[in-house]
Amino acid sequence: MTTLLYDGSFDGLFTAIFEVFEYRYQDVEIMNRENFQQKNMFAEVHEVVTQQEKSERVLNKLEKSIGKSGINDLLRVYLSEDNELEQLVLSVVRQSVKFPNDNVLKNFANDDILKISKICKSVSRERHRMTAFVRFKKMQDDVFFAKIDPDFNVLPLIRKHFKDRYADQKWMIYDLRRHYGLFYDLENCEFFYPDEKLDLNQYQEKFHDEEKKYQTLWQSYFTKTNIKERKNIKLHIQHVPKRYWKYLTEKH
Amino acid sequence: MNFDRTKEKLEILADAAKYDVSCSSSGGKRKNNGGLGDSSASGICHTYTEDGRCVSLLKILLTNHCIYDCIYCVSRKSNDIKRAAFTVEEVVDLTISFYRRNYIEGLFLSSGIFKDADTTMERLVRVAKKLRTEHNFNGYIHLKSIPGASDDLMNEAALYADRLSVNLEIPTESGLKLLAPDKNREDMLQPMRIVQKGIQQYKDEKKIIRSTPKFAPAGQSTQMIVGATNENDLQIIKVADHFYKNYGMKRVYYSGYIPVTVDNRLPAITAEVPVLRENRLYQSDWLMRFYGFKADEILDFNMPFLDLEVDPKLSWALRHLDQFPVNLQTADYKMILRIPGIGVKTAQKIVSARKFQVLSIDHLKKLGAAVNRAKYFIDFTYGNPFLKHLTDLNLRKLILSGSQSKFQNQFSQQLTLF
Ligand code: SF4
Repeated sequence: MTTLLYDGSFDGLFTAIFEVFEYRYQDVEIMNRENFQQKNMFAEVHEVVTQQEKSERVLNKLEKSIGKSGINDLLRVYLSEDNELEQLVLSVVRQSVKFPNDNVLKNFANDDILKISKICKSVSRERHRMTAFVRFKKMQDDVFFAKIDPDFNVLPLIRKHFKDRYADQKWMIYDLRRHYGLFYDLENCEFFYPDEKLDLNQYQEKFHDEEKKYQTLWQSYFTKTNIKERKNIKLHIQHVPKRYWKYLTEKH
Repeated sequence: MNFDRTKEKLEILADAAKYDVSCSSSGGKRKNNGGLGDSSASGICHTYTEDGRCVSLLKILLTNHCIYDCIYCVSRKSNDIKRAAFTVEEVVDLTISFYRRNYIEGLFLSSGIFKDADTTMERLVRVAKKLRTEHNFNGYIHLKSIPGASDDLMNEAALYADRLSVNLEIPTESGLKLLAPDKNREDMLQPMRIVQKGIQQYKDEKKIIRSTPKFAPAGQSTQMIVGATNENDLQIIKVADHFYKNYGMKRVYYSGYIPVTVDNRLPAITAEVPVLRENRLYQSDWLMRFYGFKADEILDFNMPFLDLEVDPKLSWALRHLDQFPVNLQTADYKMILRIPGIGVKTAQKIVSARKFQVLSIDHLKKLGAAVNRAKYFIDFTYGNPFLKHLTDLNLRKLILSGSQSKFQNQFSQQLTLF
């Protein structure tokens, strides 16, 4: 058994996959270096150095059989942070080498493929919820700021959505769990990775003067638009799971 | 802005608008060109009320002053309630400020008829126009047209709004006469015709002139109140079918009547909201729009009401056992869609997975079918022991005892499958 250690990046993962074929490894496991503790003393360790060129060669080849949307699915698997993600992606590449003329992602009767389709569904759902449940708060410096804490790493998947939508206001979305964010300054929309965790202690004091008013108006709207006669809390919670409540203005 | 006053108005006018069930914000086609918002994507529900309905739009009335007296309506003139009216600026400000904070996808504006139809309609159009032209707002706008508004105003409304709707309110004309004496069906139909004509014309001109201004790109919808008068389900889905076909309707909504008035022409104030019936109507609607069913396949004169015990697709299957079993490996997609317990997505997965291998009942489960219902109607290449029940007189009972619907007691307008 050979263990390939990569740096946890998307390109790193595909570099590793390239090398599985390059070195003709049969019995392998690909692992994020961060998660690696050597348990199996007899395992051979292969260190992967991320090379975009290698990664692109795999991705281009793959795109011919599984299409752009297939690559997108693999990106979702990667962003799911699932602990089997490396093994699943490798499995797809192996299958597509075997059936170069078919889109193997459509073979839902295969266990790995089915798992992938489930992961994609969960990630997409989380992505969709983030487009819905992000709540911007206007700060004194006119930046609209939002905190998120999604179960999967979906920030890269919502960048375009927010960029297209809020072109005439500055905004920032910050992932509290993964400590990085997305910032739009009216021209560019880039990821940023602060050296230290953002300190959000005085967050509320930095609200724009009008911010509280609109929060209150939104809360009254939320209360008044409800129809008591049709109360259905079970359905409500199914749609808005409790773990999101702490970020929803209307739930305060 | 006088905050306290705005808050009070918002409370009154959101409360009065909440009975309109239309909530969709999909189908808009506006791209952002450096301004605020877009509505090119499919709709997003930003939150859900405690009754489980989605909130995607700021849904308010411009005013709840009304000169009419429709007895099913809280805003009717004979009702002794607090009245309020927003200014155009207030509505614009609320929409923009809520949108910037990602609370909403846009605005759904309707109004009591505070003066004649045209004056009221003109005010609604002014809000939309201001949002689009002065604020470069590309979010979703749905205007509720006022019955009797002039054709010119309707045409102007359609330039700024993504969707227009006129509510039919009561499914039958006689019912409408009884409950809304000031309204007539023809006044409701005329604006719908104008919008339909405009959309058609837009499509034609678009082919020749690329810069033709958008005309109600998300189409039109309507709503019927169910259970305020005594029409049957067959009448209701026939009306819906008629509007889908002849008015190019995008959506028909059904709203179970919520008692708001004591009046001997109406159900008692203690009557329960007919949520289950409403739910079955939505299911039938889905069958017509996505599953290829025709209105008179779902119900007929011998059976004018929907079965409350089983969903309409299962009910159809039980009445057409001769069409089953369906062979999973070879049947065409249309027929796979008719198997109880199989939704659109599962049907698509089946059709693509079966190219790779022969499917078994285990696969079916993994692909997301409700196997406890589906298994009685399918023929697998490997054979299927459950088929022996297909001719059983007690099949219906058997299925009911073996399947607890996922949706029991959860009546949503937005069922995804059944
Ligand atoms: S016209 Fe509209 S607002 Fe006025 S009473 Fe009738 S339904 Fe209500």
